[in-house]
Amino acid sequence: MDERLKIKTESLDFYYGAKQALKSVNLPCPEKRVTAIIGPSGCGKSTLIRSLNRMNDVIPGVRAEGRIEIDGVDILSPKVDVVELRRKVGMVFQKPNPFPKSIFDNIAYGLRINGLRDRQKLAEIVERSIRGAALWEEVKDRLKDNAFSLSGGQQQRLCIARALAVEPEVILFDEPCSAIDPIATAKIEELIFKLKEDYTVVIVTHNMQQAARVSDFTAFMMLGEMIEYGRTDGIFTNPANTMTEDYITGRFG
Amino acid sequence: MKRKFIQFLGFMLLRTCLYLVLAVLLLFLYDIIRKGGGAISWEFLTQAPRRGMTEGGIFPAIVGTFLVTMITAVLAVPMGMFAAIYLNEYARQTWLTRLIRLAIRNLSGVPSIVYGLFGVILFVNIFAFGTSVLSAGLTLGLLTLPWTITASEEALKTVPDSYREGALALGATKWQSIRTNVLPYAVPGMLTGTVLGLARAAGETAPIMFTGAAFFLPVLPKSLGDQFMALPYHLYIMATQHHNILKVRPLAYGTALVLIALVLGMNMAAVVIRYRLRRKRRI
Repeated sequence: MDERLKIKTESLDFYYGAKQALKSVNLPCPEKRVTAIIGPSGCGKSTLIRSLNRMNDVIPGVRAEGRIEIDGVDILSPKVDVVELRRKVGMVFQKPNPFPKSIFDNIAYGLRINGLRDRQKLAEIVERSIRGAALWEEVKDRLKDNAFSLSGGQQQRLCIARALAVEPEVILFDEPCSAIDPIATAKIEELIFKLKEDYTVVIVTHNMQQAARVSDFTAFMMLGEMIEYGRTDGIFTNPANTMTEDYITGRFG
Repeated sequence: MKRKFIQFLGFMLLRTCLYLVLAVLLLFLYDIIRKGGGAISWEFLTQAPRRGMTEGGIFPAIVGTFLVTMITAVLAVPMGMFAAIYLNEYARQTWLTRLIRLAIRNLSGVPSIVYGLFGVILFVNIFAFGTSVLSAGLTLGLLTLPWTITASEEALKTVPDSYREGALALGATKWQSIRTNVLPYAVPGMLTGTVLGLARAAGETAPIMFTGAAFFLPVLPKSLGDQFMALPYHLYIMATQHHNILKVRPLAYGTALVLIALVLGMNMAAVVIRYRLRRKRRI
């Protein structure tokens, strides 16, 4: 592979208390590409993606061992500023989680907590971010409305816009379409496809067609282990491992 | 048919319980209004008691209760909220925090007279505040704390974790996520619980009996170090300790009515505060 790696995990082990959720995972994520993580429920794919911005830190009793490099820096090192890491590595969650504020204030939230007060600048970035999430035409006349008044799919794009506003370099999607309908899902997939021009994208999905459609690289996980990794077209047309083949052909999962 | 009949019986039972509770409450209110309503007058509300409390009003007691409740609020509201924020947002959930929480729950069940005695030792004697507005207010503050902590923690628990995580994922510090994305949605609930706790404190007799409330003191306290009259204690005296109980009975009922109106008023205020804030935050 001649891709530049943005993220690289090296023998990553992860524990919830005594229970091991990840076993020596080596996941490369090339820059400005979409990497999909697939696998049956409970295989550790959400744990894996949530360790990339250390979102698992909020759970008591967890422990990560090994390395997670982002731009060559080990983010598991105690010297790393987690707050700065999370600004750089944005995340979109499984269920759309707009804040109970106006559409505008939702997008501006991340800018304001980072100290931006200039109204004109705020308005500018808010518009750019909403456009970036392909939501502008739908909400431009109602930026003051509560974000809860949007549909589920719109809410999820709002969350994407909110993540874009703080100018991250990586965006993590943790099953972003599991709570929304097929048409809204298509819009988000289209969006993800466009986002990789500027961002490194990692997406967890239980929908294999989705992985096949949006991603350049795919990692297949089972029981905390990464079974197979490769270019998406290769994995889906010619899997090397029989477990991968069984999973993507729907024999289990 | 049988299933529907059982459902009908069930609803009837629930409804009867509700009506019974309401009936007791209304009867109670009716009795106090009927017997105390006659005592209420401008003079009763604005003047000090006279002639061995057989005439005059309860103004010093109203002021005393108001002042003491203020002191209670100053202690119990911020401390209760901060303790709840610490317990719910920061403290790791270990056996120690579980123990602390258990202790707080138990404290809210400790009889108020015990708080009164504790207040005598701690505030009146050790801190040497004497029997005063300050000692009584702080004692009531201690009594209210477990309630405000518990209510505030419950309010914090109703804020979904996705608000916290969403803020963290955008590069907020933990405190930023709490201050800007948790507290605004928890404060209405926190205030409601807190005001209810204060209303309960305002009606307490035992904790203030030894710590500052005066039997008869027809002047207003000039400082926080003075003794004071308070509505619940005044009522207790008029109802049981007065040398001519039968004669002052209407005044006792009048006092009870004022006290109940005060407590109900505070509870109503809590409802209004919550409603206003909820609407402003649109959740």
